[in-house]
Amino acid sequence: MDFTLLRNIISRYCVGEEIWVDSRTVYIGHKEPPPGAEAYIPQRYPDNRIVSSKYTFWNFIPKNLFEQFRRIANFYFLVIFLVQLIIDTPTSPVTSGLPLFFVITVTAIKQGYEDWLRHKADCSINECPVDVVQQGKVVRTQSHKLRVGDIVVVREDETFPCDLILLSSSRHDGTCYVTTASLDGESSHKTYYAVPDTMAFRTEQEVDSLHATIECEQPQPDLYKFVGRINIYKDKEEPVARPLGAENMLLRGATLKNTQRIYAVAVYTGMETKMALNYQSKSQKRSAVEKSMNAFLIVYLCILISKAVINTVLKYAWQWSPDRDEPWYNHRTENERQRHVVIRAFTDFLAFMVLFNYIIPVSMYVTVEMQKFLGSYFITWDEEMFDEELGEGAQVNTSDLNEELGQVEYVFTDKTGTLTENNMEFIECCVDGNVYIPHAICNGQILSAASSIDMIDSSPGGYRREHEDLFFRALCLCHTVQVKEEETVDGIKRGIHQGRPTSFYISSSPDEVALVEGMKRLGYTYLRLKDNYMEILNKDDEIERFELLHVLNFDSVRRRMSVIVRSSSGEYLLFCKGADSSIFPRVVSGKVEQVKARVEQNAVEGLRTLCVAYRRLTQSEYEEACHHLTEAKLALQDREQRLAQAYDIIERDFVLLGATAVEDRLQEKAADTIESLHKAGMKVWVLTGDKMETAAATCYASKLFRRSTQILELTKKRTEEQSLHDVLFELNRTVLRQRSMSGLSVDCLDFGLIIDGATLSAILKPNQERAGTGNYREIFLEICRNCSAVLCCRMAPLQKAQIVKLIKASKEHPITLAIGDGANDVSMILEAHVGIGIMGKEGRQAARNSDYAIPKFKHLKKMLLVHGHYYYIRIAELVQYFFYKNVCFIFPQFLYQFFCGFSQQPLYDTAYLTLYNISFTSLPILLYSLVEQHVTMETLKRDPSLYRDIAKNSLLRWPVFLYWTCLGVFDAVIFFFGAYFLFDNTTFTSNGQLMTTNTQMMFGNWTFGTLVFTVLVFTVTLKLALDTHHWTWINHFVIWGSLLFYVIFSLLWGGIIWPFLNYQRMYYVFMQMLSSGPAWLSIILLITVSLLPDVIKKVLCRTMCPTATERAQSSRPCLTVEPSTIFMLSQSSSRMSF
Amino acid sequence: MMASSYNAKDEDGHITVSGPGGGGTLRGKKPENTAFKQQRLPAWQPILTAGTVLPAFFIIGLIFIPIGIGLYVTSNNIKEFEIDYTGVDMSSPCFNCSQNFSWNSTRPCTCTVPFYLEQPYESNVFMYYGLSNFYQNHRRYVKSRDDSQLNGNVDSLKEPSKECEPYAKHDGKPIAPCGAIANSMFNDTLELFYNDPNGTRVQIPLTNTGIAWWTDKHVKFRNPGGDSSNITASFQGTSKPVNWRKPVYELDTAADNNGFINEDFIVWMRTAALPTFRKLYRIINKTSSMVPTLPRGNYTLEVVYNYPVRSFEGRKRMILSTISWMGGKNPFLGIAYITVGSVCFFLGVVLLIIHHKCGNRSNSADISN
Repeated sequence: MDFTLLRNIISRYCVGEEIWVDSRTVYIGHKEPPPGAEAYIPQRYPDNRIVSSKYTFWNFIPKNLFEQFRRIANFYFLVIFLVQLIIDTPTSPVTSGLPLFFVITVTAIKQGYEDWLRHKADCSINECPVDVVQQGKVVRTQSHKLRVGDIVVVREDETFPCDLILLSSSRHDGTCYVTTASLDGESSHKTYYAVPDTMAFRTEQEVDSLHATIECEQPQPDLYKFVGRINIYKDKEEPVARPLGAENMLLRGATLKNTQRIYAVAVYTGMETKMALNYQSKSQKRSAVEKSMNAFLIVYLCILISKAVINTVLKYAWQWSPDRDEPWYNHRTENERQRHVVIRAFTDFLAFMVLFNYIIPVSMYVTVEMQKFLGSYFITWDEEMFDEELGEGAQVNTSDLNEELGQVEYVFTDKTGTLTENNMEFIECCVDGNVYIPHAICNGQILSAASSIDMIDSSPGGYRREHEDLFFRALCLCHTVQVKEEETVDGIKRGIHQGRPTSFYISSSPDEVALVEGMKRLGYTYLRLKDNYMEILNKDDEIERFELLHVLNFDSVRRRMSVIVRSSSGEYLLFCKGADSSIFPRVVSGKVEQVKARVEQNAVEGLRTLCVAYRRLTQSEYEEACHHLTEAKLALQDREQRLAQAYDIIERDFVLLGATAVEDRLQEKAADTIESLHKAGMKVWVLTGDKMETAAATCYASKLFRRSTQILELTKKRTEEQSLHDVLFELNRTVLRQRSMSGLSVDCLDFGLIIDGATLSAILKPNQERAGTGNYREIFLEICRNCSAVLCCRMAPLQKAQIVKLIKASKEHPITLAIGDGANDVSMILEAHVGIGIMGKEGRQAARNSDYAIPKFKHLKKMLLVHGHYYYIRIAELVQYFFYKNVCFIFPQFLYQFFCGFSQQPLYDTAYLTLYNISFTSLPILLYSLVEQHVTMETLKRDPSLYRDIAKNSLLRWPVFLYWTCLGVFDAVIFFFGAYFLFDNTTFTSNGQLMTTNTQMMFGNWTFGTLVFTVLVFTVTLKLALDTHHWTWINHFVIWGSLLFYVIFSLLWGGIIWPFLNYQRMYYVFMQMLSSGPAWLSIILLITVSLLPDVIKKVLCRTMCPTATERAQSSRPCLTVEPSTIFMLSQSSSRMSF
Repeated sequence: MMASSYNAKDEDGHITVSGPGGGGTLRGKKPENTAFKQQRLPAWQPILTAGTVLPAFFIIGLIFIPIGIGLYVTSNNIKEFEIDYTGVDMSSPCFNCSQNFSWNSTRPCTCTVPFYLEQPYESNVFMYYGLSNFYQNHRRYVKSRDDSQLNGNVDSLKEPSKECEPYAKHDGKPIAPCGAIANSMFNDTLELFYNDPNGTRVQIPLTNTGIAWWTDKHVKFRNPGGDSSNITASFQGTSKPVNWRKPVYELDTAADNNGFINEDFIVWMRTAALPTFRKLYRIINKTSSMVPTLPRGNYTLEVVYNYPVRSFEGRKRMILSTISWMGGKNPFLGIAYITVGSVCFFLGVVLLIIHHKCGNRSNSADISN
């Protein structure tokens, strides 16, 4: 006994982690529990201060610097800078220090400003007033002073200051309405429930008298999950325990609506609120371009190191004779002489590194980041991707992946809400095989209830009558629809009943609304839920009341929901509706065959079907069910699992009533979009939880499958007949045979594959016959590779992610894109390389977790074909050009070492070294990477096959990289040796005729460098000009502007004796150079020669083997551009504001 | 909204919380329909096709070839004479001087080099000295100077920059001008005599001013103490560079060519770009329009041999050259222009053929499509 106590103490105080417990106990109103209550572990909770800021005033500089230098690039430049400070290097530390300082300062200022804004926002949030009940009185305090256990009063339209458990509300039924628009974007009002035992409290005194504790789990970020228990102590009695769920929990950030006032107790505060936990960043996705950029960087790093090594070795070989090392005119200082030769060699190596380090420029990172950040604005600005109905345009959540949009090979799309509108319309229902179709609504008027039922098969009978009644009641009762009364809405378009205040239905699931509205059209109107009684207005205008006992909520695993009600006659009824696959196995009687036939027929037509069943419960059965449910709900751990078990026990032995069919129309232009994606070479996979027939119908409608498509089925039905092994091999053979044949014929049959969840998991199952499984996977992938379209039906959300992962990991490593609108798509959105969320009706979760969010599926076309294409070519050029221009920049310096005794003498002046990447050549490429359009938007949209031209990272492959690097080396050689031969034999002298003095003067090494540098800046800028296909006035401004800037800067830099410099080597160098005729002639010559190969290559490639893009470019002028350009001109002249 | 999410991602793992009251409005406004935001700015869209490039090639060819011919002819008209007087061979007149060189010798060694000019030099003739294998562009050498001292700054005169090490101080006194460049200034004296056919030796007048950049002489280089007449006094307390035979204030007798503003010194201080270089030494001005500046005939170069180059296998040369509008003799630029021009022209022709053939092919392909 003592021993365990000791161990407890040790574990509690010594081992930090042991103190962590998986539940917390909250004392409402900070009252100690009565003696005898369970022992507890006191915990310290944070206060309600939201700290979104990262820095404080004091730690800003060290912490920010630390954060910044954690990036590998910044660290590299810091090291270079430090090396320059420590050892005697050719270039002053300023050359690398200044750009680094600039980058660091700009970033620090940006982050500091953002942090200051956050501080301000935090302050205003933390100081906003909150009413707290203390000793029976309402006390106003500041939000950040709130503690766990405080009782808070919230009034209408106020936001909740922390995560609260609702104790009581001013509404009689203990409910309150809340909008969580700022959390998940759903603006519909959600109902939350007070704890039944406390819902009667009305005044502060009453609330204050409450003596209770809440046990709940530790904070976790899932917004829709909460598990807890409240223990209420009444004088000397056993405490009453009640379950608490997400429906009792009011989340910070949500707003109270339609409710005057609530009392609630704080359970999670400050940084532990679900909202705060939820805003943590997601995992970083890296684009393919970034990966190739890093690969190129490594190559350049190797080049850099090898250059330095070569030069160091050559230096010591060359210096072997002391006359070369230290000729009489150039002695070392005594200090240097005494240094050991190894140290000298090492410092020389470092010095060479410093001299050549510009080959990896700081500015590239900055430019790439700016390009991504600024470039992503074009997506949000795009008017064509704005949806009037939603009032929203596209959203960019990550700008890191812009270019990945141009690389997509596989598109995984959800069906409901993505391909289809998720705008449900009730089409028909069938009760025991009799079909009921509500008449169309004429002129917005609902026809009178009795006449609206069209009975196709009328075979009256008591049995039928009873089932029909039950069926309609089941649909009226088994749902979670709310009725929202809106007095201000005029007209009757959604009226429940004339004469009453107009109201309409709200639900998180559009299917339910469609069903309830459909029922209304068939004469059964659901009125409201009042005091746990559901009221229905039946065909005969009588109000029926059912007591709602339990709701067994819908979830995507069970794929059904149920309610238990007590009718006015005291009968207990369990109504259940759900997917056919989840209902039929649980049915014991009813006309299963007829209903099944109808369901299948509807599914083929692409309708969404639901089956309805019921079960009469006896008193004892009801009590048993009650017992199961309460027990499961009260459980603190594994509640989900236990609830599922309880549901499983209760939902069985059904009597089948009938089925419903709801139509979900295809989204606007969905077929067109899918066709374009196909033409662009992407493979489109539809992943859905729907039935195969429904999904296949949608696929045909959306042209995913064409009439000519040969469908391969890999479904449970088939695998039941044959073994999975045989089916797979047979399909594989079919596909391969076709491919070998189609090698010759141009129009080959294309394949479509249908696979269902069960078969998929069988294929992916890792165990059993170890050798065989790998095979299955490979064969499956082989089949998929040859299918242009794949439909996966009956998929669980996790399976969607599995599929994406499977394709991602296949041997070609294709770039995948997942698009979906619902919470069930989040897993695949997170898994795919690019995740796109649709701002749909099923809430905001998908959009929130995505990288990009668009209002409609059709916008995907522009997103990929236009924006993705542009971003890709822009960033590809940006990356290649950056490497190119730095090769041009540094390689002459490398060559110069051979002519200056490997002494690390820089070729260019410090100012040029520093400013080359910062200002002389930075803006044109940045602008190019923002506005370049090699082909017009119209062409890209009209001709999706252009997308194939950039597939597989084609502009950043090694041959292309090699070409650019070779071009850079060639240009560098031209610059250097051009200048070398001109200098070699004096030509390069100024004859002074242009100057006032009549002399001929010699040029020195700085003039040599300036000449090379001038040619370099002009060539590099003009090379970009040659690559620019889209010259707006901004391009002209920036390209000619930066050349002009270079000239003006050089004139200024050489025009003055700069007092703060300790050397004046550039004094008048630039002017003297320009005053010499040969200098002009050679600058022109060298620029021409450097640009020549690239021009020839371009022209030859275009003429000999033009790509589709190039064809589109050259066919452009005669077709579309003229009128549109004129239109643009007139348009832009009328509104020149931006 | 986008910006904040970008940042949230950017600052790895950082939380961005929009608190109650804030961040509730996700609804964006309709984007503005401006040409810039919709990426529809009016633009010129040139494409490099064979058709557009062809004329450019021909034009470049047609412009470059004449320029090149002009340059080549001009360069060929320039007369240049070069003579190596290092004295490596036993036979060369300066052999003795080069062999017996010592820094401490007080008696200057002189040698006489005869040469013959086959053509008369008509206009102004420029006289250069050339050095080979002399690394004036060595990093240690290039930076070994103090520009502020050379600009007449008195503080730097007394306390030379540490860049000048190990040529900053001598016997505790600051060296003026300090640094390796100044220390190794070229100090051979070259004199030119014309051997008249009738046997008299005429000394040719050499001008030693106007050989440096005007800005260097008047702005960048200044004697300490400004224009004060007593230049010797302003250099008081400094030491002459170790290898110099006389102090800086005795470089010339003329006041405006003495001290730091001595033009020979300024020319030397402009470090050459390559290890083989020539520097302007003197100008021989044309005196009358009737007589050539340097008539055809025998000449003698008298060298006061002070400058050792044998130790680093260097060479010393004397060059006489006339100049044209494009500078001294160098056929490279002309040849380069001619080559590039012809290459462009040739490419133009090749492209024309290709364009002709492929153009037809692609046209027919287009039609068949």
